[in-house]
Amino acid sequence: MRARLLATPAAVAFGFAVAFGIAPLVRSLTQGDLAKYTAGEAKSGYVYATAQTRAMEDDEFQNPGSLWVDKGKALWNSVDGTAGKSCASCHNAAETSMKGVGASYPKYDAKIGRVVDIEERINFERERMGATPWKWESEPLLAMTVYVKAQSHGMSVAVATDGPAHATWEQGKAFYEARRGQLDMACAQCHVQNNDRKLRSETLSQGQINGFPTYRLDWQAVGSAQRRFRGCNEQVRAEPLPYGSPQYVALELYLASRGNGLPVETPAVRK
Amino acid sequence: MREMTKDIFCGERATQKRTVTALAGIAVFAFVPLYGVGADNDKVPALVRYHVVADGIPTPLTSRPGNSVEGEKVVEDRKLGNCLSCHAFPLKAADPGNVGPDLRGVGSRYKAAQLRLRVVNMKVLDPQTIMPAYYRVDGLHDVGKAFVGKTILDPQQVEDLVAYLATLTTKGTSR
Ligand code: HEC
Ligand code: HEC
Repeated sequence: MRARLLATPAAVAFGFAVAFGIAPLVRSLTQGDLAKYTAGEAKSGYVYATAQTRAMEDDEFQNPGSLWVDKGKALWNSVDGTAGKSCASCHNAAETSMKGVGASYPKYDAKIGRVVDIEERINFERERMGATPWKWESEPLLAMTVYVKAQSHGMSVAVATDGPAHATWEQGKAFYEARRGQLDMACAQCHVQNNDRKLRSETLSQGQINGFPTYRLDWQAVGSAQRRFRGCNEQVRAEPLPYGSPQYVALELYLASRGNGLPVETPAVRK
Repeated sequence: MREMTKDIFCGERATQKRTVTALAGIAVFAFVPLYGVGADNDKVPALVRYHVVADGIPTPLTSRPGNSVEGEKVVEDRKLGNCLSCHAFPLKAADPGNVGPDLRGVGSRYKAAQLRLRVVNMKVLDPQTIMPAYYRVDGLHDVGKAFVGKTILDPQQVEDLVAYLATLTTKGTSR
């Protein structure tokens, strides 16, 4: 139900964007503008997006992901759980307390004893508040994840791959390079070995996750990196893993590290 | 808005509801005897047997000859060959990818036997290739539940493709 309510303004916003012509906003970006979206070898999906899609991402009012930011802000301030607290009760303003946090996840959490992604960390906080953890890919979990990550918007992705995170990073790398599915393809075969080539009408990007959770036009909604992983697994007719699988969290860490130095773009807009 | 075609080989949306974990796939494959990328497939009883000679499969997989008109459909159909996602063909309304080589003229570069092996299992020739093996069920991992034990194409579709590829004798033909 909630998802519906949110989807409607998103669709309206999108309709407006189309109706009033994105055309005036379409401009060819100079190399200089795009340089912000590259870091060494790493290139954000932004570089591969059309001018229209970029313009939609850049304008807060046109970006349908802004609705999730707003929703996350409301949740941040609302009391939930047996402890009678909101996030703000302990962390005050997210603009200061959460700045930079989103850029460092997934990361090893000493209290939990393993590498966790932001979604898992948020639910860990919920448990401490005596509140029910949010379901994977549910609207509140996506909204809160977007809201927390958006506090690092424009900051460089900086995840640690050494120390206690290293073994998990290695697992993520192995997953990325392993062939799977009836089509027997690895992530790396599309996004590393054939990066920049065309797969039918799609130009293969590096499959970076610096903009996740991302608003996808195709989804007409914001979705997590793991939703994208499931989609890419299904493309090669492999069995997708359940949300929150340790393999997917490890994959998130590995992919985030491939994009170390890229700006956090959440909520990005992609096709 | 241009057409959104994210689903390269199968529908992401169509398969989204599947909840069974990869364990199902792993469990099934645990019973398949593992051997390297073999040339012949005589250890896979479910499939039509074939024999590799040099870099080809000389004997057709079916007794009915391939139909090139049907083969062209297999090339275009995203749920069948979807060859266009990686290769250019002399087809008009096509928006081909360029992950693989341009196949205009491929019919003059290869004989039917060679084309057949390349479609059946390109990995015999290049174990690292991204090109899927269209008639193979062994040596795969985490295969989606709906596809376990199934080949991408059936033997007749392979033959139809071979017949179609054999007609591509002129580089850059446009029909
Ligand atoms: C058959 C080719 C193929 C394979 C294999 C593949 N992908 Fe993708 N992937 C695509 C296409 C096509 C897109 C959409 C265009 C783009 O951004 O590259 C995409 C997009 C993505 C994106 C979104 C990028 C953005 O900027 O929003 C991510 C992340 C991603 N893939 C990760 C993966 C992972 C992880 C795997 C392995 C589990 C994988 N991909 C396997 C084809 C593939
Ligand atoms: C995901 C990418 C991909 C798809 C899909 C694909 N191919 Fe290929 N194909 C390749 C690549 C890459 C090569 C180059 C050989 C290599 O990798 O060693 C190739 C090579 C070939 C060759 C040999 C060409 C030469 O000049 O040596 C033929 C014939 C061929 N493919 C036919 C097909 C047909 C027919 C289909 C569909 C049924 C198909 N391919 C689907 C990637 C693909």
